[in-house]
Amino acid sequence: MIPVYTRRRIVNAINLTFSILAMAFGLFWLFWILFTLFEKGLGGISIATFTQMTPAPGSTGGLLNAIAGSLVMVILATLIGTPVGIMAGTYLAEYGQRGWLAPVTRFINDILLSAPSIVIGLFVYTVYVAKMGHFSGWAGALALSLIVIPVVVRTTEDMLRLIPDSLREAAAALGAPQWKIVTLVTWRASKVGIMTGVLLAIARISGETAPLLFTSLNNQFWNADMNQPMANLPVVIFQFAMSPYENWQELAWTGALLITLGVLGLNIAARFFLRKQVLPN
Amino acid sequence: MSKIHFAAKLKRQLLFDRIFHKVTWFFTFVVFALLAALIGSLIIGSIPTIKAFGFDFLFSADWNPVTEKFGALVPIVGTLITSMIALSIGIPVSFGIALFLTELSPPWLRRPLGTAIELLAGIPSIIYGMWGLFVFAPLFAQYIQPWLQNSLGQVPGIGFLFEGSFMGIGMLTAGIILAIMVIPFIAAVMRDVFEIVPSMLKESAYAFGATTWEVIWHVVLPYTKIGVVGAIMLGLGRALGETMAVTFVIGNAHQLHTSLFMPGNSIASALANEFTEADGELYTSALIELGLILFFITFVVLAFSKILLVQLKKREGTAT
Amino acid sequence: MISEHRELEINGLTQFPTVLGGVVPVINLDGVKQGQIRLTGTVLADIFLGKIKRWNDPAIAGLNAGIDLPASNITVVHRADGSGTTFLFADYLSKVSPEWKEKVGADASVAWPVGTGGKGNEGVANFVKQIKNSIGYVEAAYVKQSKMNYVQLLNHDGAYVIPTEDGFKAAAANTQWDKAPGFYEILTNKPGQNSWPITGATFVLMHKSQVNPAQALAVLKFFEWAYASGDEMALELDYIPLPDSVVQLIENSWEANIKGKDGKAIFSVKH
Repeated sequence: MIPVYTRRRIVNAINLTFSILAMAFGLFWLFWILFTLFEKGLGGISIATFTQMTPAPGSTGGLLNAIAGSLVMVILATLIGTPVGIMAGTYLAEYGQRGWLAPVTRFINDILLSAPSIVIGLFVYTVYVAKMGHFSGWAGALALSLIVIPVVVRTTEDMLRLIPDSLREAAAALGAPQWKIVTLVTWRASKVGIMTGVLLAIARISGETAPLLFTSLNNQFWNADMNQPMANLPVVIFQFAMSPYENWQELAWTGALLITLGVLGLNIAARFFLRKQVLPN
Repeated sequence: MSKIHFAAKLKRQLLFDRIFHKVTWFFTFVVFALLAALIGSLIIGSIPTIKAFGFDFLFSADWNPVTEKFGALVPIVGTLITSMIALSIGIPVSFGIALFLTELSPPWLRRPLGTAIELLAGIPSIIYGMWGLFVFAPLFAQYIQPWLQNSLGQVPGIGFLFEGSFMGIGMLTAGIILAIMVIPFIAAVMRDVFEIVPSMLKESAYAFGATTWEVIWHVVLPYTKIGVVGAIMLGLGRALGETMAVTFVIGNAHQLHTSLFMPGNSIASALANEFTEADGELYTSALIELGLILFFITFVVLAFSKILLVQLKKREGTAT
Repeated sequence: MISEHRELEINGLTQFPTVLGGVVPVINLDGVKQGQIRLTGTVLADIFLGKIKRWNDPAIAGLNAGIDLPASNITVVHRADGSGTTFLFADYLSKVSPEWKEKVGADASVAWPVGTGGKGNEGVANFVKQIKNSIGYVEAAYVKQSKMNYVQLLNHDGAYVIPTEDGFKAAAANTQWDKAPGFYEILTNKPGQNSWPITGATFVLMHKSQVNPAQALAVLKFFEWAYASGDEMALELDYIPLPDSVVQLIENSWEANIKGKDGKAIFSVKH
């Protein structure tokens, strides 16, 4: 019979080995995916990628209209979603101790934060696209803004709550009215933190495909009219990857690499800012 | 004179205060109203199918646009099965990763590895789908599916799960791709949960001569079990509603099969494939009701996870 | 289901065909040459019904003496979304297989008894290329552009044909367009020695009563130009232009059907 102590040590060793293997297992897939992205996507990046429109099957082209469409919709979604998110987050942090609205909204916001994004697309389709009678860039931007809002609400509230009350009290003691305390003191103190939230939200919507499928749809051509269907990288990637044409598939990989680099870059920037957020003590 | 001026100024500031309060209240109400509008619009959109099929919609495997008979059973089952496969692979692996990051990793590795996992949780899901279809599926069909059929496929009782031809795509592939996608997500939340265990507790156990594993099993896990379940639920919520990673590889077929090798459908991928081309009021309505069901399922899962995580936080407050 | 023509009437629409194309069964089968496999409509229906499960099934082998068919399972690939391609394919199968007609029927999307679904012609072509031993169906243009292997089909007159321009044209030539209200003609299983059995037209739909006559006229002028000078371009994209006699009928129908708010015809045919 094995002594108890030896058995405990063996169990320990087995389980710790499992833990190391799990770490290796997790990283293995993820590095493989990243490797594939670079392997298949890097070759396709050229000047044409950024200067030419999405091509017909078999001819050459780039992703200009898709990149531009994605940028426009992401920027608009951020412009719509950020103010709403910051104001609501401010209410939750500054006025949220009383009343029914704050706790309910806090709960709802967490639900919206992880709600399936395709359902958001479905929602915008039924209330906007179906009423207008056509897919449009506005609908896409609207759907994305609904994903921005909960992210910004959450980070704004978290960041404002980190501001010590002594700071607010000091300002109040000087006779500052509350709106000035919020806008001039607490917002300013948590500026970097809130910006991080906005960056994370942008990172999140940059790669979202599902909510755009029924809203902005796609467009093979250059389009500056927000009331028309609009090209965007994720849906172009979806369409091109699912096609039998080699030139489309190659462009899909290039687009995938661009999106991934963009999203990772935004995430890294957000982390960098977060570290810079120095909180007054 | 200056007194009057001061009073007016004070009054103005008070007015601004009230306005500011109302404005922030208004935007908070907007967020609240959004969810109400979302649920409301989905319910309104589902009325035609609710009227036509009632509760049978949930239990019928029909999906026939010709005769306009629709049922949600196939996509519901597909959604649940792929998520279950994802969790059964994802939970142990994420647990191992979180363990490694909090207890085993040398301190200098902790931060870069933790950051890597967090960054990977942010990669858009369409990338996982593409990779699944073009890189994973062919290898899966060539090597792993034949091997599974020859080994697990021969075991009585579960052999039927591995029948059929080797297509590379299907329910099992979708589940595996989902697992790869949720692993970094669950691992990151679990690590955060493990980190709240007060080191005093762990150190006391070590002082009694406990091994690392015993500390984890008897101290860390009992202390954080609510949070761990919460993390798993968050991952489940993510897996249930995932669209792109699944659509590429599930096979998009409205059929019920016992074999996991066969194609199926999930709610999200049915929506992604069929919604823009659905003709007829009932067909569109059936798809919207699918969306409503998906929202309902994820709502329950997320609400549950939220409650658990809040409870853990309360405990953190009292214990330290 | 209400008839397609009634549906147009209810919504105040008129329709006309633009170009013709064929739907082609495509396969991914090692060791088989382009267009070598022969299938009949009923065998094709049985494959898509899931009754024929293996490539070396006697029903397939009987049509293809001398070809070494593998014993592997057939993977059926169909459309996951609704589409006219599916409608034509299912309509053809309904005409040649009573069992298909009874169990599945014809529509833009149907309840597939077996198989896996791809989104769009692209998705089906992609899956057929990816999955060995599979069979799917795509619009003819996709066969050429993505270099896929197609099959020969037995047509209405009992000849085996491969999908070619001439085959689609022959199917159109054996159709009496003037007898069909709203040009509602499905060119499946048409007679003719050369006719490809799954052929169809794409249609343009317009409101009969136009709010903006100038705009409507511009649209019709565009189509007039396209019919007159677009034949080359259509062929380049692997679509077949309509015969001139049909174009004449279409332009007559514009004059008769598409009116401004005042009830005056918007388009007048040059004689």
